[in-house]
Amino acid sequence: MYTLDTNDPNISKAITDTIDTPTKDSSDTKDVPLVLQLQIEKPARHGFWAQLRRLPRAWVGATLVLLVTLAALFAPLIAPADPLKQFRNGLSDTGTPLPPSVQFPLGTDILGRDVLSRALYGARISLAVSFLANLIAAIAGTLLGLWAGYYSGPLDWIIMRVVDILLAFPAILLALGLAAVWGHNFQIICLILSVVTFPALVRLVRGQVLSIREMLFVESARSLGAKDWWIILHHILPHTITVVVVWASLSFANTVLTEAALSFLGVGIPLPDSSWGNMIFEGQSRYRIAPWLILVPTTAILITTLGFNLLGDAVRDALDPRTSQRL
Amino acid sequence: MYKYLFGRLIGALGVIWGVATLSFVMVYLMPGDAARMYAGPRAPESTVQRIRVQWGLDQPLSIQYVRYLGRALQGDLGHSTRDNRAVLQAVTERLPATVQLALAGFCVELLFGIPLGILAALRPGSIIDQLATVIALIGISLPQFAVGLVALYVFGFLIPIFPLGGYGTPIHLVLPAIVLGIGGVAFYSRVLRNSMLEVMGEDYVRTARSKGLRSRTVLVRHVLRNAMMPVVTLAGLDLATLLGGVVVVEAVFGWPGIGLQAWTAIRNQDTPMIMGTVLFASIAVVLLNLSVDFLYTAIDPRIRLTK
Repeated sequence: MYTLDTNDPNISKAITDTIDTPTKDSSDTKDVPLVLQLQIEKPARHGFWAQLRRLPRAWVGATLVLLVTLAALFAPLIAPADPLKQFRNGLSDTGTPLPPSVQFPLGTDILGRDVLSRALYGARISLAVSFLANLIAAIAGTLLGLWAGYYSGPLDWIIMRVVDILLAFPAILLALGLAAVWGHNFQIICLILSVVTFPALVRLVRGQVLSIREMLFVESARSLGAKDWWIILHHILPHTITVVVVWASLSFANTVLTEAALSFLGVGIPLPDSSWGNMIFEGQSRYRIAPWLILVPTTAILITTLGFNLLGDAVRDALDPRTSQRL
Repeated sequence: MYKYLFGRLIGALGVIWGVATLSFVMVYLMPGDAARMYAGPRAPESTVQRIRVQWGLDQPLSIQYVRYLGRALQGDLGHSTRDNRAVLQAVTERLPATVQLALAGFCVELLFGIPLGILAALRPGSIIDQLATVIALIGISLPQFAVGLVALYVFGFLIPIFPLGGYGTPIHLVLPAIVLGIGGVAFYSRVLRNSMLEVMGEDYVRTARSKGLRSRTVLVRHVLRNAMMPVVTLAGLDLATLLGGVVVVEAVFGWPGIGLQAWTAIRNQDTPMIMGTVLFASIAVVLLNLSVDFLYTAIDPRIRLTK
């Protein structure tokens, strides 16, 4: 596919980038001449950070992620009020939520609680759910993907058919169904979200492993008598971990959205604890007179998802310049 | 080729069987007693027992499973524990509204996504390209249901151009379709942009240019035609996402489709109805993907010849 026309700036750049980036998608390396493939193995990690620092998207994304993370971590210190406290003066005389004021910087909700405090505590729950769900999914997806890719056999076949089946369900519908059957509290929501996210990762990792295990360095390790677990741990895992990292940061944004959608549909984090989704769920009956009930949590969600998407996008570009800016 | 298509068909049937089995497991794991729920808390035990026998809930699990599969094969996806309506009937009644919304959303995706992708690919790195990147990233980061509510607030309440939800006329369709399509616009514009940039580097494009064809001709005949292939593939795969989005959008706009029905079923704890809907939707996704595969062999001679 590649005519190595070094006059073409795109191609010469792609080649230099390939050399700079050791842990890149190796399915592409089939097309790169053998000499370059050997150089890919040369560790040159700072190439990645240098690439990443050049991208404005990385800076904006990292700032947003840092902002939300700090807000979540220090919510008890920053929040002006108890998120569950219903203020006596928190509702107007006619019983409607109060607009933003000095005492309530972002207004109050339908029960006279401080919206800012609820949003800050909501950040804790929303981020914690997404973090745990993606952690479970990343571990399960990586292990199953490594196994399925390395030992092609009956087990590989079974794993991949289960993945096919899980991917056939529309994610939100499957999550709805599971929440209906399993109930919904914090732990179960984490589990449900990881069930709907991990199948895609299994496919991704398996595809990666399939091409890596055919490469020369794996063959040479095997011919030197390395055991399977050693090869997987030292030769295959390092080459798949970057895929997992990029996947995780993009999937994180998605999980925040799915969790919010579930809470909005009433099967997410149970009230009165606040998550951004159930704040919108609670506020939707009154949003015409109190639009901040919707706007505040929506903005919080957008900051988070945009931050992780920007960061994930930038990380992927920095790792693999040739798939530049693919969503 | 026939071997390939046959393999795909068998695979799809296998997935459908798996989907049905998983749905069965989930319904069976349901906490609470379906018969008791249908009869109501004050019904005598004898009535509940009679319903249990009637629904076959007194049988061992294996027999229930075989019967369940047998019924599913005949198009019986179970009955609502709420009003004992057949799930399939309830779903097919609501299906036209969902199909209408999904198609409209799909049109929005392509109508805005494709031009945006082309614009971005024509001048990679330009202001337009960067703007398209930002739009796309914001597009995939937006929570659909919240956008729906904000859109209702702005265009239904502050500036009353569109009705505040509801169903019937084309004007009711505009807001839900746009909200449903936003994520897809972002997605397709990026896919098309990258695929166009890849195709533009191919030899046959250079040949077309060097033989003096007008750039418009090269773009439409040579670049766009080939660059659309990944878009077609992803359109098939994306249907699951679209159907998932339908649930949320229908809930926001009160759109009387299968998504709204599933949501109502959740609030009624009507598990057979939910799982029936989920089963129906996943079978639809599998079959649609299968037809995309079949279409593909018709469109792309490379698949027809090699596989």
